[in-house]
Amino acid sequence: MKLPFGRITTTQSQASGERGVMAFEHTAEVIRAEAALKTAGFAVRVMGPPPEMRSGCDMVVEFPLVHEPAARRVLAEVGIRPMAVAPVRAGMLAPVSLYRTTDFGDWLMVRAANMKITVEKTSGRIVNISGGGCPDVPALAEMLVGRTLAESPAPAEHGQTLCSYALELAFQEARRVLEAGK
Amino acid sequence: MTSPWLVVGTVPNETVGLSEGICALESGQLRVGGNPALPVRRGTPALLAACCAATVTLGIPTPVALIAGDAGRGEGSKRAYAHLAAQLLALAPRGITFHYLFPDLAGHDRVFLTAQTLSKTPLLVADAGFMYAAKMSGQARDYDLFTPDAGELAFLADELAPHPFYTRGFLLAEDAQIMDLARRAWETGGAARHLLVKGETDLVLRQSQCLHTISGPRTPAMEAIGGTGDTLTGMVTALLMAGWAIPVACATAALANRLLGELTAPTPATAVAELIGHIPEALRRAIDANARTLLR
Repeated sequence: MKLPFGRITTTQSQASGERGVMAFEHTAEVIRAEAALKTAGFAVRVMGPPPEMRSGCDMVVEFPLVHEPAARRVLAEVGIRPMAVAPVRAGMLAPVSLYRTTDFGDWLMVRAANMKITVEKTSGRIVNISGGGCPDVPALAEMLVGRTLAESPAPAEHGQTLCSYALELAFQEARRVLEAGK
Repeated sequence: MTSPWLVVGTVPNETVGLSEGICALESGQLRVGGNPALPVRRGTPALLAACCAATVTLGIPTPVALIAGDAGRGEGSKRAYAHLAAQLLALAPRGITFHYLFPDLAGHDRVFLTAQTLSKTPLLVADAGFMYAAKMSGQARDYDLFTPDAGELAFLADELAPHPFYTRGFLLAEDAQIMDLARRAWETGGAARHLLVKGETDLVLRQSQCLHTISGPRTPAMEAIGGTGDTLTGMVTALLMAGWAIPVACATAALANRLLGELTAPTPATAVAELIGHIPEALRRAIDANARTLLR
């Protein structure tokens, strides 16, 4: 679904007023909600929840609060219902957005936050995944290692936790770097 | 009879229920009690495989493991937390190594508070997801050892961060910042009494004071290999089980892990399972080397 008022830029959303956060039952739902809202044209960001909403491996979707009904409709279309919606207050944390790339000759390692993915340059084959501490990291590693970046499912499709979200960022950055090097 | 050492973690297979029992490494696979053998690829099986290999070298019994199948939804971890809270008093372990568990604060607190009621508080080691929960709980200073890498140390030093993903500004911390981060982590209550910080140079710290640095041999490809942090924590655990003091156990295991790199000459595409068979030799060499320096 495309919004009738077109794509909301960050500047527009800031001008339109307050930002809100949506909390979900599972991190996997956060990842799906972010994708659905972005596709629909919302300016959204995945953030660390404010202290009173934290319980462990959490993240929330920050969005323009004024568009809450439209955002809820987008999510309902993909079968997602937020557990809670609240205005943004102090204490929100931005995710890590830095990458570090290490060149090992035939291989390239990309690190995003606490996750690292290593790929063979010529084939794009994922040869190792390291870092992280959440239980879906070993599960994702078993799914991804041995496949190429092109044929592998994106970590966000199966991940459940913040570590998988970091791995998704590293995965996409590795794709971008290899593509740029061609 | 000596009370057991318990290792708690997960395997990425949700068809595996809770398994508890004495561990054994059999033909490169891990067996927990009488349960079906588990492949050793990375994560908690890699930690346990390394620990088992090291215990054989040290001539001591292997650890007891509590393993839950959890591919990230947290349900298996929840069962492990509940089981631990219910059984810890009966098991009365002398040490616990917590590993890949969903970082659930409520689950952490139940287990931690139960451990505090034991007549003799076990030695507490935390790595991976459970370390994240231990830091977030505000109880980090009551742990004996955390084993972060440099990025995770930055998370421990950020009193607001709930997960390394949100660490402010310095997650890609360089080694030069390590001592500053360690001091901040200790002062803000985010660090255990001892830290083994994994990096280009490994550091062993007690309350932010550096006791040992281990900088060689260097094998850069080891950083890319998933599970090399797990083998390190596994060897530390084995040395602690053998009664070694925490700083010397950490320094010896760190050297042994580096010697694994030297012995196997891995590429970034090497699997951690290929390293584990070399642990006895690496550990023997590290013990010999440290006997000439640290242990004198």
